[in-house]
Amino acid sequence: MLRYSIIGAAVVALFVVLLAIGDNYLLRLATTVAMYVALASAWNIVGGFTGYPSFATAAFFGLGAYACGVAQTYGVPLILAWILAGAVTALFASGLGLAILHLRGHYFAIGSLVVADVLREITNSWTSLTGGGMGMNLPLIGGSTGSQAQFYLLAMVALAGLSLLAAVLIDNSKLGVALRCIEQNEDAAQVIGVDTRRAKVAAFTVSSLLVGVAGGIYASWVSYIDPIDVYDVSLSVKPIIMALLGGVGTIAGPVLGAFGFLALEELIWRNSLEFHAGILGLFVVVLVVFLPGGLRSLQGRNIWQLATAAFTKRWA
Amino acid sequence: MLLLQVLTNGLALGGLYACIAVGFSLVWGVLNVINILHGSMIVLGGYLAFFAHQYFGINPFLFAPFAGAVLFVIGFAIQRLAINPVMGRPVLITLVLTFGINLFFDNAMLAAFNADYRKVIIDPPLGVFEIGSVLLPVDRLYATLLGLALVGALWLLLRGTQLGRAIVAVRMDRDAAALMGIDVRLTYAVAFALGAFMAGAAGALLSGIFPISPVSSGSYLGKAFVICVLGGLGSIPGVVAGGFALGVIESFGALAFGPEHALTISFGLLLVLLILRPQGLLGVKGFN
Amino acid sequence: MMGALLSLSHVSKDFGGLRALDDVTVSLREGEVIGLIGPNGAGKTTLVNVITGVEKPSAGEIRFAGDRIDELRPDLVARRGVARTFQIVQPFPRMTVRENVAAAALFAGGAPSRADARAIADQQLAFSGLGREADKLASSLTLAGRKRLEFAKSLAAQPKLLLLDEVNAGLNAAEIDDALRLIAEIAASGITVLLIEHLMKVVSQSCRRLLVLHHGRLVADGETTAVMKDPRVVEAYLGQRYAERQRELAK
Repeated sequence: MLRYSIIGAAVVALFVVLLAIGDNYLLRLATTVAMYVALASAWNIVGGFTGYPSFATAAFFGLGAYACGVAQTYGVPLILAWILAGAVTALFASGLGLAILHLRGHYFAIGSLVVADVLREITNSWTSLTGGGMGMNLPLIGGSTGSQAQFYLLAMVALAGLSLLAAVLIDNSKLGVALRCIEQNEDAAQVIGVDTRRAKVAAFTVSSLLVGVAGGIYASWVSYIDPIDVYDVSLSVKPIIMALLGGVGTIAGPVLGAFGFLALEELIWRNSLEFHAGILGLFVVVLVVFLPGGLRSLQGRNIWQLATAAFTKRWA
Repeated sequence: MLLLQVLTNGLALGGLYACIAVGFSLVWGVLNVINILHGSMIVLGGYLAFFAHQYFGINPFLFAPFAGAVLFVIGFAIQRLAINPVMGRPVLITLVLTFGINLFFDNAMLAAFNADYRKVIIDPPLGVFEIGSVLLPVDRLYATLLGLALVGALWLLLRGTQLGRAIVAVRMDRDAAALMGIDVRLTYAVAFALGAFMAGAAGALLSGIFPISPVSSGSYLGKAFVICVLGGLGSIPGVVAGGFALGVIESFGALAFGPEHALTISFGLLLVLLILRPQGLLGVKGFN
Repeated sequence: MMGALLSLSHVSKDFGGLRALDDVTVSLREGEVIGLIGPNGAGKTTLVNVITGVEKPSAGEIRFAGDRIDELRPDLVARRGVARTFQIVQPFPRMTVRENVAAAALFAGGAPSRADARAIADQQLAFSGLGREADKLASSLTLAGRKRLEFAKSLAAQPKLLLLDEVNAGLNAAEIDDALRLIAEIAASGITVLLIEHLMKVVSQSCRRLLVLHHGRLVADGETTAVMKDPRVVEAYLGQRYAERQRELAK
């Protein structure tokens, strides 16, 4: 408990400093990392806690982005539009979940992957609603660039906090135990009375809601979206890489991974626009082959333990 | 009759599609790895054929086995170096790995060849067969027949050679195969390399008909997915059936919704299949 | 049937061309300890799978405490009070022994909270002799330990009916004696036990009533010693030579 408080306090302090003196570039960076934390933590609920390799993040993100955009077109105020984005995505995900969560392994992964493509095409074709391939403009909020940047940072950080809170609450609940059982031995879980279908759909829905809201906030933040941008497969893959980097199935893992990944991304982007995908690919290969447990494998004493502690907290 | 033409268009690609998918199916079935890299390997095969044609005047269809051979070596190396270490690990890990390799591969191709579409111009053009009122382009006919021939050759290899039986054995029961003295790691590498061979060959065949670019790797991968799920994993006849089925479905889909939606229709179909009947039309255990 | 806890009516199960269960009709009464024997492939595990909802019967009805259960998902059957162990033990490998048992208490056992589940788990672990291993990871247990874990888990589910599928496979004589003592205590507490076994000694010691399955059909159902002497059973199960020898000895 003390560890978390210290870390929490440090993060809040950092955040306050940023808000006060950060320039627009730093604010943008911070907003991005907050979004990454939200996405990675949300993915972790399905991919880490439940063990179902979901590649649906891009689908939910894009859906949330467009739901927000469309809502605002009809005059829905900003924050409500974000909530609506989450609700629409969650509704969609619960249906999708019922349809594909009975699949295991590769079949589930592929199914979740192609959903984004199908949604993208529908979005592309439904020009009257979404603007199709031309994209969609979202209304800007008033104020200076600086204050806008601060506002969106606040929003993303709040979402990141929510995403982490969701993970913590689930992990400490009966649902969390159910997911853990499913992850370790789904057949045995059923036999001891776990309603596996309900548990999986619940996890999928919560996860998607968070991602949908992230999509909505993102859409407002950048104020212009198009289907190729918000349904991009990298939105499915990056959160997974972050979770892998920091430690799949843990609470702090996605956070670590998000920060680590952003740092890497900035270094790569700075140096090479032409090869950034290739370098990312190489990084992924090295990560997966040499560091199966993510950064936690490097876990030594002290600092790492502080940051990554309580992962093997027993629930009973 | 229009419908007959549409049907013919679809069937004309069946053998080629089977060739596109069979390598992917082999790797998935034997190594239990979804090779995201597959589409890019096809594209590379296409480029090899393109340059062989541009600099040496070699017919891309005839070049197919050679493109395949180059990809065989590349595939073998990739499997040994990057994929072998993660064999047997969870789906998430292997999938992300092949994703990563593909990112690198794709980027390398983009840097080397840039994104412009290249087209092999066969001179004099091969023309079109006329069968009654139906037109059958000769290039597609060649591609499909050669594709089927290559798939058939693979089928024979798996059934008739010691190597082939080793691959099948490892697929069915890895531990038992090891106990029988089969070098499992080598078998995995060869199976992957064979998959790469088929991809490269398919790419060469494709280059004779369609323009190529690294940008299209995703759509070839998508087709391979769908064909495997359509036809069922683990059987070559299934892949062939799936290939023809996809060809026909795409053809009629293009008629109904327009050709630009072809991939989406395939993916929509894939989703429906996964939800209702993931074992496909001819899904069989083992690999025959 | 009056007083029957579990009743199967004309239950059959087909797998493609193979008939694994053939028109099985049987009733188990509360408090009984019944043995189920039969040669390999006779359908014993299929029977358990069909009762617990892991497989659906191709024909027939299964009732538990009066309600039909043959259409229910495994988790619903478990929550009604039917617990089972697996021949090939299936723990949650990265959870501790205690957590494994607590999970069963939390879901099938209906414990209202994690803390309650933990308490029940500790109880069952003590009963099953696993108290000292409580904090170890399930994957680190020996085979005998894992079998006990299966026991403890199934008991934590607060079952009315316990299906034990070859709990003694792979155990040595001393371990088997321990297991038998446990089974006797479980039965004494009022739980109905169906014991699927290969070992005659176990069955004759623990079970008053014996069922025999052969090629999916129930070929005998009665008092243990009588059934064991039934020539059809002897022949089916132990082979023709043994049956002939028994007939010789009887003369």
